[in-house]
Amino acid sequence: MTFVETLASEATRYVIVIVMVAGLYTIIARGNLIKKLVGLSLFQSSVYLLYLLPAKIFGGTAPILDDRFEVYSNPLPHVLILTAIVVGIGTLALGLALAIRIKAAYGTIEESEILARDAARAEGKERGA
Amino acid sequence: MTLAVLQHHLPVLVVLMPLLGGLLVAIIRHPAASWPIAIAAAAASLAGALALSREVAANGVISYALGGFPSELGIEYRVDAVNVLILVVVSFMALATLVFARLSVASEIDEGRQPWFYTMMLVATAGLLGMAVTGDAFNAFVFLEISSLATYTLIALGRDRRALVAAYQYLIVGTIGATFYVIGVGLLYLATGTLNLELIAERLPEVTSPRALLAAEAFILVGIALKLALFPLHAWLPNAYTYAPSAATVLLASTATKVAVYLLARYIFGIFGLHREFGDISGASLLILLSLAAMFLASAAAIFQNDVKRLLAFSSIGQIGYITLGIAIANSDALTGAFLHIANHAVLKGAAFMAIGAILYRCGSERLDDLAGIGRAMPVTGAVLTIAGLALIGVPGTSGFVSKWYLVAGAFDAGKGWLALMIVASSFLAVLYVGRIMEIVWFRPPGRVALAAAEAPGGLLVPMVALATLTVLLGIAAYWPAEMAHSAAEALLGVRP
Repeated sequence: MTFVETLASEATRYVIVIVMVAGLYTIIARGNLIKKLVGLSLFQSSVYLLYLLPAKIFGGTAPILDDRFEVYSNPLPHVLILTAIVVGIGTLALGLALAIRIKAAYGTIEESEILARDAARAEGKERGA
Repeated sequence: MTLAVLQHHLPVLVVLMPLLGGLLVAIIRHPAASWPIAIAAAAASLAGALALSREVAANGVISYALGGFPSELGIEYRVDAVNVLILVVVSFMALATLVFARLSVASEIDEGRQPWFYTMMLVATAGLLGMAVTGDAFNAFVFLEISSLATYTLIALGRDRRALVAAYQYLIVGTIGATFYVIGVGLLYLATGTLNLELIAERLPEVTSPRALLAAEAFILVGIALKLALFPLHAWLPNAYTYAPSAATVLLASTATKVAVYLLARYIFGIFGLHREFGDISGASLLILLSLAAMFLASAAAIFQNDVKRLLAFSSIGQIGYITLGIAIANSDALTGAFLHIANHAVLKGAAFMAIGAILYRCGSERLDDLAGIGRAMPVTGAVLTIAGLALIGVPGTSGFVSKWYLVAGAFDAGKGWLALMIVASSFLAVLYVGRIMEIVWFRPPGRVALAAAEAPGGLLVPMVALATLTVLLGIAAYWPAEMAHSAAEALLGVRP
């Protein structure tokens, strides 16, 4: 195995885990709704890599039937991840749309401020009643 | 000839009907056309599900190869005694909810958004039916996300601005859950080389790396547990149910978590096996512990809520605890009880949330204090709420009693009499929260809101009364549903360890 190949197969594994955990951490630790979505995207992207890494074979081609090629990459994980990417785009788009609506309704996209505003409003209602 | 062809394609038609109906509504986008199309699509889907249930009862498992590919290459839809029950419950509740939705949606959603609302209802239904019908692990993820994305949108259409935050929070948690699931499926695929659930189970004994399997199991089960709001992972549920439009809450409460529970049972019994040990702890005892926590803590939290929808949402978390408890006990009676409770709870919670939706329609409030004396102004609605409440407690003569009876019998059968005691004891918490609603609805002097209210219109009463009647019928003539639930339990237990 050349250095590049070792790097690609071993280091990629660690990169996947790091990206996955970084994404999850961002979702939990950040209060900004957009930053949370960035974390969510990172988290999902790491899963794409998780599927694609074992599907890649060095020297393998796309699965085209031809005498010149003997080694093929497994196409199924690629197809699955294509689907997962579409799902991810849908989720991200919806999340961003919600963030825009939240900004319009609350005037902020900081989670703590949103909660504070809801609490203040509930308190005002109690006093009014 | 054509009928035979239709019959052959039923497994996919059940899912396609609401999906295409949703598309049609979105393309036409005429307020008057949306509702009839939605009803037709849901009715067609229910008819298909009922035909499937007859066929499964007569001929056993139906395997449908999507696109004609063999199950190793393509996606297989697999209908057996277990998921046919889920198909019937989901399509029936979708139809009932859509009947209810016409007036409720007209009063709660802006006219321009109504077609979109129906589209999302149908797409959510299609996703849930797809999750139930598919025998392919990755396909289940795609359907899970289809139904989830539609659900987030439905919640965000609520009138209160807090609906937006509830939808956003559910989106984050739901996506983490779905992604966990897909990580687990990926590991399973690496280990076995297939995505077909049957084939995965077949090849599992040959897998050489137990660690990969353990990781796959952990990711998949935690991911699904997030979607079904298993206790400690339930935090998204109360806000989502509370701020969603009434019709959306009815659909969510009666179907969404139930399909996730089904998927959990499928993985536990079909693939991983329940009695796997994690160090000193077995999976079954962990699930029993979490179920008990849900039954007691969530029900206790329900007692202290001031918003009726939120109260019923906490009660839902508690009731899911009974279902997962039945799965964890894992003998024939307990599983029968679990599957009966999936159906029974869908019907009775649907009735309860419809009653609250009708009260919101007339009074514009869901605060418990505003409901004082509402039973006198809206006697039928109050009666429906009462019947649903009695069934939540598990009073004999209602459906809730039958499912709890089976659960208790299963607990004794497993030699765990103390669990039977816990089931009965936690029902007293239901007495407290249902009693609190009943006291306010019937015995308090009518307040300002109740004096101004009148009985709900027929369009809301019909589905509500139908579900309440069904709740009583399922409690008295329990033979047919119990038979269905029993064959589901047998099918699950017979599959693999």
